[in-house]
Amino acid sequence: MGEFKPEIVAYVCNWCSYAGADGAGGQKLAYPSSVKLIRVMCSGRVDPQFVMEAFRGGADGVMVLGCHPGDCHYRSGNMKAQRRFRIFEMLLRQMGIEKDRFLLDWVAAGEAKRFVELATEIHERVTALGPLSLTGSVERTVMADG
Amino acid sequence: MAKPKVGFYWCASCGGCEETVVDLDEKVLDVVAAVDIVFWPCAMDFKYSDVEAMEDGEMTVCFINGAIRTTEQEEVAKLLRKKSTCVIAFGSCACMGGIPALANLTSRSEIMRRAYKDSPSVLHDENGPVPQTSSSAGGVELHLPELYETVYKLDDVIDVDFYLPGCPPTAALVETAVQTLLSGNLPPKKSVLLPDKALCVSCDRNSTKPDNLKIDKLKRIHEIKADPELCFLAQGVLCMGPATRDGCGYPCVKGNMPCTGCFGPVGGADQGARMAGALGGILEVGEKQLDDALSGMPDPAGSFYRYSMSSSLLGSSRKGDAK
Repeated sequence: MGEFKPEIVAYVCNWCSYAGADGAGGQKLAYPSSVKLIRVMCSGRVDPQFVMEAFRGGADGVMVLGCHPGDCHYRSGNMKAQRRFRIFEMLLRQMGIEKDRFLLDWVAAGEAKRFVELATEIHERVTALGPLSLTGSVERTVMADG
Repeated sequence: MAKPKVGFYWCASCGGCEETVVDLDEKVLDVVAAVDIVFWPCAMDFKYSDVEAMEDGEMTVCFINGAIRTTEQEEVAKLLRKKSTCVIAFGSCACMGGIPALANLTSRSEIMRRAYKDSPSVLHDENGPVPQTSSSAGGVELHLPELYETVYKLDDVIDVDFYLPGCPPTAALVETAVQTLLSGNLPPKKSVLLPDKALCVSCDRNSTKPDNLKIDKLKRIHEIKADPELCFLAQGVLCMGPATRDGCGYPCVKGNMPCTGCFGPVGGADQGARMAGALGGILEVGEKQLDDALSGMPDPAGSFYRYSMSSSLLGSSRKGDAK
């Protein structure tokens, strides 16, 4: 078996995070090629089902990036994303998927370096975990361990 | 013309789906007059050999309820598929795994341990007997079906023609479905014989929901005195209406209990994703209060996928032990 090369899907918002990623390209900052960008209008448009579909479709990790709190182009989309994905992370845990495979964070249009840092972070986390296997089962329910 | 032949079978289920057939009351006589019931082990004396003796496709319609979690259930489902022209996944367990599929949140070994070792109602004997797939007693070899690691929905093991979810499907829906099938005017294959819209669309509490619904904490139903007219979500109570298919006539809501999602998601949606999305949109709290706001929902997977665990995008992938 060859070396594990993860596939990571990153949903990035049009107004801040995509511009940040674009800035990284403009400044010729290198980031892991495992991270594949999907531009959406707002992190609030990222339905948790998009993330599930990415995992089902072969992604080993998924990242959702939006504008910093208070900076959302649509005022509150990023805060909705934060609440949705907090619930989603509870689901992931119950379904036996490591929480390090998912990352929700904020990148402003001028933060090219921060985009590179986050992309590198999830790449390293997922590389350490190895390929995702959807098991359809977890070891313990949340009821058991609080 | 010979009457159409109809069969009913149950896999991993509670018997509630059989009950709903009986709940047709005297209308069941119309059904019996219009069809020949050739297989219904719950209600009449039939053997698997009776089915094996049939021609392929001899049964016009077979209603199969219950999830698939043993070798026996899978074998009989495959046999019935062969002998039936049309197979209907009847009830939530057959359509989406239902309550039995909550077992997918644990493992077979944990289930066996709980049932035969740890349960307060059994003798706590580490070396006590547990069911074996084969054993011998008095010189006779005995066999039991094997329990699978994963609980499957019916269409994980056989081809299904139509779906009628519900826990159970209401008698009115069964009547409509039977009439549709008898009329010969069939919807497209693989259809769910229900409307493709969310329960909230028809719920009469929908009009009480504020235009800009915001809540600051999820509460459990026993923690409040539920208002008999106000939208449950507006009261901060988890109601699965936004993520659940319409068609039941919302008897639970009429009984002042929130929807628990038994009709499953609307077409193409994942019930858990849909509900996480809906709740995230209406919870209006800062990041620091978020964990407290969600503390009234200690088991999101069990709440969102109470009836649809086998069809969850995240939890239905282990296909190792069924063919």
